[in-house]
Amino acid sequence: MLELNDLDVALRVGGRMRRVLSGLSLSVAAGEAVGLVGESGSGKSMTVRAVTRLLPEGAAVSGRIRFDGRDVAAMDAPALRRYRDRDVGMIFQDPRAHIDPTYRIGSFLTEALRVNRGVGPAAARRQATELLAAVGIDDPERRVRQYPHEVSGGMLQRVMIASVLAAEPRLILADEPTTALDVTIQAEVVAILDRLRRDRGIGMLFITHDLDLALAICDRVAVMYAGSIVEIRSARDLHRSACHPYTVGLLGSRPSIQARVDKLVAIPGRPVSAFEAPPDGCAFTDRCAHAEPDCLHGRPALEPFNDGLVRCRRVADLAVLAESRPESPAAPPSEPAAKSVVEPPAESPAEEGTQP
Amino acid sequence: MTPRYVLLRLGGLVTTLLLSSMLIFSSLYLAPGSPENVIFGNRTPSPAARAAVRHQLHLDRPLPVRYWDWLTGVLHGDFGRSMVTDQSVSSRVGSGLGTTLSLVAVAAVLIAVLGLALGIAAALKPGFVDAAVNLFTSVSVAIPPFVAASILVSIFSIKLGWFPATGLPDGFWGHLRGLVMPAFSLALISCGYLARVTRNALREQLAKEHVQTAVGRGLPRRVVIRRHALRGALPPIITVIGLQIAGLFAATLIVETAFGIPGIGRLTVQSVSQKDFPVVQAVALLLVAAFVVANTVTDLLQAAVDPRLRTAGRTA
Ligand SMILES: Nc1ncnc2c1ncn2[C@@H]1O[C@H](COP(=O)(O)OP(=O)(O)O)[C@@H](O)[C@H]1O
Ligand code: SF4
Ligand SMILES: [Mg+2]
Repeated sequence: MLELNDLDVALRVGGRMRRVLSGLSLSVAAGEAVGLVGESGSGKSMTVRAVTRLLPEGAAVSGRIRFDGRDVAAMDAPALRRYRDRDVGMIFQDPRAHIDPTYRIGSFLTEALRVNRGVGPAAARRQATELLAAVGIDDPERRVRQYPHEVSGGMLQRVMIASVLAAEPRLILADEPTTALDVTIQAEVVAILDRLRRDRGIGMLFITHDLDLALAICDRVAVMYAGSIVEIRSARDLHRSACHPYTVGLLGSRPSIQARVDKLVAIPGRPVSAFEAPPDGCAFTDRCAHAEPDCLHGRPALEPFNDGLVRCRRVADLAVLAESRPESPAAPPSEPAAKSVVEPPAESPAEEGTQP
Repeated sequence: MTPRYVLLRLGGLVTTLLLSSMLIFSSLYLAPGSPENVIFGNRTPSPAARAAVRHQLHLDRPLPVRYWDWLTGVLHGDFGRSMVTDQSVSSRVGSGLGTTLSLVAVAAVLIAVLGLALGIAAALKPGFVDAAVNLFTSVSVAIPPFVAASILVSIFSIKLGWFPATGLPDGFWGHLRGLVMPAFSLALISCGYLARVTRNALREQLAKEHVQTAVGRGLPRRVVIRRHALRGALPPIITVIGLQIAGLFAATLIVETAFGIPGIGRLTVQSVSQKDFPVVQAVALLLVAAFVVANTVTDLLQAAVDPRLRTAGRTA
């Protein structure tokens, strides 16, 4: 359904172009949930904005974005509006900033229906209250008359989810939908999103920096580093047999359920963005424990390995290394933390890494 | 908007008016030079004559008592009598009030329409349009009303003969024709200022996350701009329009005098130079009232467009 092919994005920063996505390839099949996991600055949000053509002004894009085979970059204004209205729906990180504070919640929920599809006020109102009930909000008749500043952040994010469901999109783009929320309600909001999109067969690109969360609710997980994907495979396989040194590091640095607070950083160094990475070579080199001089010469390609795709020139050596050692490089799969609070993932419809 | 909020604001308005009336009254009488001298002009009166006049003007009574008498009179629509013409102040002021209000109204319409149109155009069309509007605003805010007045007169009255250079011709259309140039002179600065504020506020709103949400939902551009960006930009726009309109009343002093418009502004200038205290008091109070009312209306409009302010008013 959604296919990103060798996407390069550069943003204008003070007259100079700064690369934020570099050779990114990714796909989401109909009804499939794909997790996009990476540290801050790796380009996750820019990926979402590229998909909806909401990049900042002056952005330079190359590569291809297709939705159902249609080239998103080539859409004219009406086609683009239709695509944004019917095909993709976005859930943003900070609902407080992303919902217009001057309108009532009911108005926000139904605006797109009324403006884009000419739904009448009464029908829109009915739909709004039904949707609020669906996302678990009590007393929806009262809520639709309230203003955003009168309700909590968690409720506002559920309103945002309801507004996206209202449009019945084919694909939901959720950009860290719970990061800005209180920890105590994060799991609940994710569970609602997960259940409702499954019930309706809506595909999802789920963006998070929380690998466990992605593993818990997604069919496949793509790990992002410095503006491109370094590894992608099914959620079930990933925590058993991660192959890229970065993924292995992320899995190792997962805080356990008992010690979620004291985040130990297992990967030395700090994450880099695409424009900071070496121009010709593996972006992960300066943090990689397995780096060798050759890693700086020629950018490794995203290639099939063990039913997934991996971007590391040494992936085969490292797999052999791992087998020869008593314990595997990936820590034994502790139960993902988020799993205890959301429903376990259903059988994933797409097992193999999709070829770009 | 809660009734409580409105009542609070109206209470504030009355308090401000009361305090400023005290200030106006006392400052005029505490200023050097006795008011009764106006009546004697250059002559030096005998002490008896002076005492008689002071008694007739109630100047021999304590200030608070005089203030109280004046205030109760004002509340009954009686502002006293002019010391120069002996007409009642309310009739002198009343005849100019309509003229000044229509002048300010025409100027306000010019400010709102031109300022908003230029500001919106500049915000939505970066590049040439934005640069042109920017040039206009930079020039217009640097031209004081009396300079604008003389430029307009020399072009449109003397060269082209489109509008009268001074005075108001008879009839509705005559009035309107006579008010065009004074109104333009009044409006020019505010217009540039409003255009600038509108442009910046709209630009800021267009960059907001919730505007991105609206675009991302596939809403047409005009809906995004009208319902979300412009709507969010309203608070600073309303503030500027309110303040500028309030300021227009002060600027009428210059512009009405320059164009010979028989309004409150010209009356103020005349009365001050003639030291006609009761008239000066009345027009000063009117000016303050216009300013305070404009401010209160601005605040109420703010609360009407921003739901967050309404709640703040409730909890305050
Ligand atoms: N508006 C912008 N202009 C220029 N650079 C930006 C802008 N927004 C983000 N960036 C840069 O783009 C890179 C990727 O950002 P982003 O996609 O937001 O990362 P993530 O969502 O993974 O944290 C970062 O290096 C960030 O500094
Ligand atoms: S290519 Fe080299 S530096 Fe990059 S991840 Fe693989 S081993 Fe590490
Ligand atoms: Mg982000």
